[in-house]
Amino acid sequence: MTQFSFAFPKPGTKKLIVGASLGAVLAIPALLASLLVFVIPMVHKPLFDAFIREKLGHDPATWIGTQWTYALAFFVAGIVMFTFAAITGGIFSWYERRVAARMQSRIGPNRVGAGGFLQWIADAVKLLFKEDLVPGEADALIFRAAPYFVVAGMTLVLVALPAGQAIVVADLDVGIFYILAVTSFIVVGIILSGWSSNSKWSLFGAIRATAQIISYEIPAGLAIMVPVLMAGTLSTQGLIKAQGGWPWEWFFFRNPAAAVAFFILFISQLAEGNRTPFDLAEAESELVAGYFSEYSGFRFALYFLVEWANLWIIGAFATTLFLGGWQIPGVTTQTWAAVRGSGSFPAWGWWALQFVSLGVFALKTLFLVNVVIWIRWTLPRIRIDQMMTLCWKYLVPAGFAAMLFTLLWQMVATWVPVVERVTALLVLAATVYVTWRFLVQTRKNVSLIAHERVDLTNW
Amino acid sequence: MSKLVLRRVDRNNEEMLINFGPQHPSTHGVLNFLVETDGEVMRRAIPDIGYLHRSLEKIGEMVGYPGYMPYTDRIDYLAAMFANEGYAIAVEKLIKVEVPKRAQYLRAISCELNRIASHLVSVGTMATDIGAVTPLVYALRERELINDLLEALCGARLTYNYHRIGGVAFDMPAGWQEKVIAYLDRFDSSVQEWDRLITFNEIYKKRLGGVAVVSREQAIDYGLSGPNLRGSGVDWDLRRDAPYGAYPDFQFDIPVGRGWAGKVGDCFDRYYVRVQEMAQSSRIVRQALEKMPEGEITAKVPRKVKPEAGEVQSRIESARGEMAYYLVSDGTERAYRVRARTGSYMAMGIIEDISPGLMVADLVALIASLDVVAPETDR
Repeated sequence: MTQFSFAFPKPGTKKLIVGASLGAVLAIPALLASLLVFVIPMVHKPLFDAFIREKLGHDPATWIGTQWTYALAFFVAGIVMFTFAAITGGIFSWYERRVAARMQSRIGPNRVGAGGFLQWIADAVKLLFKEDLVPGEADALIFRAAPYFVVAGMTLVLVALPAGQAIVVADLDVGIFYILAVTSFIVVGIILSGWSSNSKWSLFGAIRATAQIISYEIPAGLAIMVPVLMAGTLSTQGLIKAQGGWPWEWFFFRNPAAAVAFFILFISQLAEGNRTPFDLAEAESELVAGYFSEYSGFRFALYFLVEWANLWIIGAFATTLFLGGWQIPGVTTQTWAAVRGSGSFPAWGWWALQFVSLGVFALKTLFLVNVVIWIRWTLPRIRIDQMMTLCWKYLVPAGFAAMLFTLLWQMVATWVPVVERVTALLVLAATVYVTWRFLVQTRKNVSLIAHERVDLTNW
Repeated sequence: MSKLVLRRVDRNNEEMLINFGPQHPSTHGVLNFLVETDGEVMRRAIPDIGYLHRSLEKIGEMVGYPGYMPYTDRIDYLAAMFANEGYAIAVEKLIKVEVPKRAQYLRAISCELNRIASHLVSVGTMATDIGAVTPLVYALRERELINDLLEALCGARLTYNYHRIGGVAFDMPAGWQEKVIAYLDRFDSSVQEWDRLITFNEIYKKRLGGVAVVSREQAIDYGLSGPNLRGSGVDWDLRRDAPYGAYPDFQFDIPVGRGWAGKVGDCFDRYYVRVQEMAQSSRIVRQALEKMPEGEITAKVPRKVKPEAGEVQSRIESARGEMAYYLVSDGTERAYRVRARTGSYMAMGIIEDISPGLMVADLVALIASLDVVAPETDR
């Protein structure tokens, strides 16, 4: 019988390649994190004013260049966010294929660099060099423009999506509404691409995707109302600040309806991101590739970039709303203020704490990303009528119920504050128990099959 | 696409006409369906076959009787053993040769292993067509091991050319018996793994249960056979009801559709009958290895096969239903007519009449559940 080797790195790989790949594995996330931590807070008004005053020697209130510099700073921040999205998307593409291979008892990409880590770069370079083909019958202008709408829908979300205590480009007062609004750009891009391709399969996929995304925005919106009602704000940072570092301070555990709302939101996000079991829009066994069937080269790469960058957005959004965001256990607002110091520029400890908050946020987000990937390689796809039934008959009523329950709950929690703490512990205990049962059952299932075993070594 | 099919399409209605295939990921080869849809709901799916036609029946009339054996592999490359066996039995009837017992057992073993391999592909692609990609890889992993075994037996992994007129080509290699037993021990728990992996997944049951129901009467009227017929609740299996070869010596059950996830005769029944049949095939192989008699592996067959004029028919239970050969001899070294009846061709016939009212996603499930394989349809 054939034995596959998952050994990492493969025996015989040149030391230089192993070193370069391992270097890349460590350096790329480190570089991204440093960019986020050191660039993004600079666009916030107090720091920006201090920068103009102390480094450039002008009075920010009167200097004529303030607005120009401000615009430039935002431009740089935008580029940093886009780079972040593109590179995480790329790394996710490699990671998802590795996980999928692991789940399917295959090897996965292992040629480019050690463990195939540089595969995503090779893919991107290859796609850039491919011909950017426009079908003869297609509406060329719309066909060419459509991918940019999709990319815009993905990148604009990143403006209001936090990743750390001060790592958010713009902490809008209506951050949640803003995110919901700009996500709809994706629908525009999808319907344009499906229509302009002049292919029936593309149109099929586009119409499916549009129906799906628009339908699932309603349960998503209702689920989002639950944490919004609990926090009393629409600002993404405000929502996180209303939660705490410890699990029992998260919205997910504080209120049973919030736990339900989390699952509604998560399912809706899977549907909006066209992930299995809701990948009807690009169902390869039915529609070949759905709305991007006719695309090739760079524009094709953009669709895939958006798909994988969306993974981060799915995870980060749910983390922000329900899982305490970047809140570090034991670190309160007072700690942040104390660490910052009183100077016009924060002390080094503050910057270090920013890294920790980014790490906490990334950890929670990456866990959810993993869940999304596991689901994708486990479940079959549902049919379109079942998808609509699930949305309108189950998720929407459940969303309304969760919202109404939360209103009631807020009243009770205001009268008797201890109720909230007790429920948090109960829900936490239930979660731990369910997780434990899940692990036990998994182990049992594996042990029942003669030739399968639990093996976490050998990556 | 052929003009014959195009002529049947009604051009004066509002429905969208889509070419489903021949280059489509879930048509299992080069099949084409002209699908008239009203949005997601199909009005009709007209099968258009012939893209893989290789004139295999005509070739049978141009080469000698023994020389046609390798060509039969190509009739159904996923279950080549059955095409071999059916043809061998037909010629043996024509020249009136008795096959030795050991050869019959080897035929049964090779065919049942091949049935497992073929069903693994069928249920694996079924899962993929429903959108779960992972189970296919598990199925192919098990199938690879069967390919290894069959390669050890006859030197080929896909087109075996193992059966001969009057017997089989090779005896078991040394130690092969133990390898097969070791594999079957592994495989029996694979069936359980399969059930846990995908069969009883709630989404999977919802996607297949109650979809594309073929009633008992319809199944018989359209000439469905094999797992497709049994999925509709008809208890009919040639291995038991018209036994041939070594099958009377073995104990095995015939799984029949019971409406596990909805109605009797839906996609899930056809699918699950196959899963259970794999376990039964494993049982048959075990019994055959246990009772394996000693003796010759081929009967004495003249070098030049030159039967008397006459006609003959053989029927066997293939992985894709009843496989029948009809041979007409005119007393020369070549057959006057070779005709092969295959399960997939009959299964294709029912798609057009089942399809109205189904959704496009259901068409994929229907094709996969009927286990239509293009080369067997077109020949």
